Amino acid sequence: MSIFQQLGAAAALPEILLAIMAMVLLLEGVFVTAHTPNTIRWGAIASMVAVAGLVIWKSGSGSVEAFGGAFVADGFARLMKVLALLGGAVTLAMSGKYLARTRMDSEEYPVLIMLASVGMMVMISAGDLISLYVGLELQSLPLYVIAAINRDNAKSSEAGLKYFVLGALSSGMLLYGASLVYGFTGHTDFAGISAALAKTGATPGVVFGLVFIITGLAFKVSAVPFHMWTPDVYEGAPTPVTAFFAAAPKIAAIALFARVMVGPFAGVTHSWQQVVIFISIASMAFGAVAAIGQSNIKRLMAYSSIANMGFALVGLAAGTVEGVEGLIVYMLIYLATTLGTFACIMAMRRKGIYVEQISDLAGLSRNDKGLAFVLAMLMFSMAGIPPLAGFFGKLFVFLAAVKAGLYVLAVLGVVASVIGAYYYLRIVKLIYFDEAAEKFDGADMELAIVAYASLAFVLGFIVFAQPLVNLASAAAKSLF
Amino acid sequence: MVQAILFLPLIGAVIAGLFGTKAFKQLGTDDEVYADHAHNAPSVEHSHDQHGYNGPPWPMYLTTGLLCIGAVLSWIIFFGFLQGGHDGEIELLPWITSGSLKAAWSIRLDALTAVMLVVVNTVSALVHVYSLGYMSHDESQPRFFAYLSLFTFAMLALVTANNLIQMFFGWEGVGLASYLLIGFWYTRESANAAAIKAFVVNRVGDFGFALGIFGVFMVYGSVEFPVIFAHAPDAVGKTIHFLGHDWDTLTTLCLLLFMGAMGKSAQFLLHTWLPDAMEGPTPVSALIHAATMVTAGVFLVARLSPLFELAPHAREVVTIVGAITAFFAATVGLVQNDIKRVIAYSTCSQLGYMFVAMGVGAYGVGIFHLFTHAFFKALLFLGAGSVIHAMSGEQDMRKMGGLGPYVRITQAVMLIGTFSLTGVGIPGIGGFAGFHSKDAIIEASYAGGSTFAFALLVIAALCTSFYSWRLAFMTFSGPTRADKEVLDHAHESPPVMLVPLYVLAAGAIIAGFAFQHWFMGEGQAEFWGAAIYRSPDNHILTQMESVPLLVKWSATIAMLAGLGLAWLFYIRDTSLPKALAAVNQPAYQFLLNKWYFDELYDFIFVRPAKWIGRVFWKGGDGAVIDGLGPDGVSAAISGVTAQAVKLQTGYVYHYAFAMLIGVAAIISWFSFGGIHP
Amino acid sequence: MIATTFFFYLFSLFAIASAVLVITMKNPVHSVLFLILCFFNAAGLFVLTGAEFLAMILVVVYVGAVAVLFLFVVMMLDVDFTELRSGMLNYLPVGGVIGMILLAELVLLFSTWAAPAGDVAASVEAAQNTRALGLVLYTKYVFFFQTAGLILLVAMIGAIVLTLRHRTGIKRQDVNTQVARGPATAMEIKKVESGQGI
Repeated sequence: MSIFQQLGAAAALPEILLAIMAMVLLLEGVFVTAHTPNTIRWGAIASMVAVAGLVIWKSGSGSVEAFGGAFVADGFARLMKVLALLGGAVTLAMSGKYLARTRMDSEEYPVLIMLASVGMMVMISAGDLISLYVGLELQSLPLYVIAAINRDNAKSSEAGLKYFVLGALSSGMLLYGASLVYGFTGHTDFAGISAALAKTGATPGVVFGLVFIITGLAFKVSAVPFHMWTPDVYEGAPTPVTAFFAAAPKIAAIALFARVMVGPFAGVTHSWQQVVIFISIASMAFGAVAAIGQSNIKRLMAYSSIANMGFALVGLAAGTVEGVEGLIVYMLIYLATTLGTFACIMAMRRKGIYVEQISDLAGLSRNDKGLAFVLAMLMFSMAGIPPLAGFFGKLFVFLAAVKAGLYVLAVLGVVASVIGAYYYLRIVKLIYFDEAAEKFDGADMELAIVAYASLAFVLGFIVFAQPLVNLASAAAKSLF
Repeated sequence: MVQAILFLPLIGAVIAGLFGTKAFKQLGTDDEVYADHAHNAPSVEHSHDQHGYNGPPWPMYLTTGLLCIGAVLSWIIFFGFLQGGHDGEIELLPWITSGSLKAAWSIRLDALTAVMLVVVNTVSALVHVYSLGYMSHDESQPRFFAYLSLFTFAMLALVTANNLIQMFFGWEGVGLASYLLIGFWYTRESANAAAIKAFVVNRVGDFGFALGIFGVFMVYGSVEFPVIFAHAPDAVGKTIHFLGHDWDTLTTLCLLLFMGAMGKSAQFLLHTWLPDAMEGPTPVSALIHAATMVTAGVFLVARLSPLFELAPHAREVVTIVGAITAFFAATVGLVQNDIKRVIAYSTCSQLGYMFVAMGVGAYGVGIFHLFTHAFFKALLFLGAGSVIHAMSGEQDMRKMGGLGPYVRITQAVMLIGTFSLTGVGIPGIGGFAGFHSKDAIIEASYAGGSTFAFALLVIAALCTSFYSWRLAFMTFSGPTRADKEVLDHAHESPPVMLVPLYVLAAGAIIAGFAFQHWFMGEGQAEFWGAAIYRSPDNHILTQMESVPLLVKWSATIAMLAGLGLAWLFYIRDTSLPKALAAVNQPAYQFLLNKWYFDELYDFIFVRPAKWIGRVFWKGGDGAVIDGLGPDGVSAAISGVTAQAVKLQTGYVYHYAFAMLIGVAAIISWFSFGGIHP
Repeated sequence: MIATTFFFYLFSLFAIASAVLVITMKNPVHSVLFLILCFFNAAGLFVLTGAEFLAMILVVVYVGAVAVLFLFVVMMLDVDFTELRSGMLNYLPVGGVIGMILLAELVLLFSTWAAPAGDVAASVEAAQNTRALGLVLYTKYVFFFQTAGLILLVAMIGAIVLTLRHRTGIKRQDVNTQVARGPATAMEIKKVESGQGI
């Protein structure tokens, strides 16, 4: 029996394949000069979709551990991986024309996104504090680079640098927390930690370590008060990069968050629940309130995603199967809505120049009825207006919170979503009732497809909700 | 067949509403000059004989045609009942099923329904025809026809209802149509005010009606008529405990339901909207505010006779309210100068008569009066419309007079209407339609033992006669007081408006004589069948036979006295009215101002309501709710937002510091708050 | 045993003191030098726990490569640290308070620490450090190792993406083309008529 069979490496086949494809494409970019960045990009998209397909294909195999427990492939991991990969692939597909027009496209960009996706997959499947950390770093490092990929632009460089410095700080804290946990339990693998905690219960050392680990994770999901990088990075990074930031890494980070909380630290649920409730409330409130003051739509989306993570964490705070189920459904809807919204934002191009002020959307309904309708519906969905998808996302997490007895959290969440509705609806008002601004150039086909697909999802969610909820429910159960 | 009757008007309404405007626009170009109807601007010279008149577009004809078919079908059904037709219940669709509350869209077909079908559809069809001429120059003609047909549909839904919920649907439907039609000329402020007034006053009645329905459901557990009627006697002697007092169940229910009837039928205290409703086009007044909708209250009481029969106290109230209304409205009618208002008060008064009949248990008689009244009152209204048409929109009788020679046919039919209304006839032999029904009510009131009602009704009959003849004399006889210019244009109405008048005139003459046998004569028991319930103790119809001779003649005497007085005042010595008014100034003012009801209501209800409204608006909503709610919160949020945005300084070390503060805060929380294992 | 304890505290004290000096020194070159000192002390701590391999690696990699690189950067960039630090006093009170609170809490925390029962770390007695690492690095920990490798790959790509510039108009040496050149492509023979010029 080979060492790989001993370790059960087959379980990590999708990750391995994606890493290999990334390196193949990297070499192709370097040596096959005849190929344009576009070829690499579509190769990357194809690889990511294929790997997502592989993940789905292997979904029958139940919960598998590999590398001595460092890697777990269960229902939850597979679903989240597929979401993250799709998020990455779709944003990559959307980014082509943008990067070409702004002369930013390079062979390395798709490769970096692929490697980041490998990192996300490692994160999602983490079964050990070490794989948690290396996954997180593998995911983060490409993000730092692509945030600054428009290296001739001061804002982009600043965004990359800020993200990097603060990311390093958060990684430091996470490592510190991990070392505390290791020091107080004697284990780095989740199963071992779980077993140790079952014996000792919540000790100050473990709880402090937990707090530091949460800090690191909260930074990645940009939850308040570890969110400060988000608006600057979202605004500074090129829009396709921002779209990617808002989509895939959030899925991976929240999945990791959920896995770490309900897995190894299930024994100290009461302790982490308090922290998660705190950052959840803070995120919802701050995201909603601060978004009102924005004039740049990418910055607005940054605060929106902060608030959205707050809502998603409501589900996690419940700490129950229903809660995680709500979290998964929420993230699914968040992903679809975010991709659609960014497709619309990337269609904001006037005479070949990309604009990103909210005021540029004024009177859009007169110039581009389709885009205006899509954006309006997405905004309504994010504001949580029934019967659109966003409403159900919120409904599920709040229901879970109520069932878990967290009434105050649910009520505050509803209040925050009311405040948040203001800035979403303001955009709708701007689109439909304000004096028409100059016309946009037509949306590219990829963007239109994504936007309308997102619209279909948001409008049709009520119809096909049940299978998706069933999927989420099965995934959530596999975690407990 | 009855389904067709019910839905033809709805189809008509949809056609007129959807296709009418387009067809209308295609039709005429020169009509636009006359877009402002004569009623909007009476000074505009207008006579459609003088310019090219193309007639209304096809959707109007189609709608009218559908109504006419409905009317013919109604008569067929009605004659079927005259020959001993069978009651029926037709369920069309299930509607509401919620727990034990079940209500279906259904048709209850019995003699009462048949009578109402005839009344509603006949008058409605004639009014449709009449409107083809009357409204020919109104640019909103399609809307008018759509509303008219919608009203007819709602009214039919009301009269065919087999449960209280559907009845309420029809009830509110006619209320809506009434509102729309009163405010038809919505550019006129007075029309809007009148429409709102009608709606609001009716709401007071509807409040009672709705409570009544709730009460019925509470007591009987059903809103279906067959169930209620079958179990009606179960509630006799039971009480409802409310506000520390035990109320007799049936009396309470009946009074609540009667409150709805009072609103819709403009009975005393809730009558104020009816005269104002004359702001609507005259055909509307004829259809809704004379012949059909306002009789819905009477119909309601008749329909619920199984309940009212068991609640003698409630019936006493009905009698008294009816009698007071009859008397009150007749006295006010004496001094009004607006031709339509006189007829409006007359309507109000006649509705009072009908309720007296209901109150004393003579349901058939009341419905009979409803039936005949529909003919002669519609006739009077449409005739008045013809007069107004001739006078280029003038409605003030003081500016009329001597119109007879100009509008011979109109004069003739108006006189027939007046004969019928005042009850011309010879007791024991026969007379005009109103004679048969109205005199029967006066007899019934005596036989029912209510001297109070009898006295008021006789006085009201005298007043009725007086104001009717006053109207006739002031309009058609004597020297003219109209402007020369107006008079030059005075002309007889076109045939399309006259034909309905002929039909109604025929009805006003023979309806009483022809149908008396079935409504209140020997054939009544067979005709009404189960439609109207009379308890075994109710012998009102036989008692009516044996009233003293003087009572039998009382109405006729009152009628003749009124005629004589009117002749004296307005033909013989025209200075007399002024002199009398001068001598009895307070009384005259009292009557002219309609017993000061509008002022009283303004003082008691409207102003305090407005005051309370203003307090809640400015103080409650503006200061408290907006101040602490939306405005306050949004102000607070924008303040917080400004602070939150300031936090985002852009300095990395601030961001890092924020993270550290966060960690320190959480760690401290656990350090000081303790860790629960 | 006493010697071990003595050296532990000595190294720790020096590590902390030099770390503080790294951030307080006015001269950035001095900061880097104190950083190197800090690394040396950390290496010393590793030696005390018997992890000589890690100690050596720390010295070789961090002191030999990273810190020296730092030194170059600091010297070449000529960053004015005093200016950067000018705001430090403003933040000192708040930052100090937060830091002290955190420190106090952590000190309290470590006073409760006891070695967790049972299997702590793998004993390194059995084999030499290097050998022990070699036994697990490519087997048990191959997953982490490979992932870390990918991270380094990303770092490399990132550095290239962010800094490499393909300038136009400069001559680059292309070995392939140079080798592939033959007389046919590289030379052109012109017959020059005398007295005419080219």
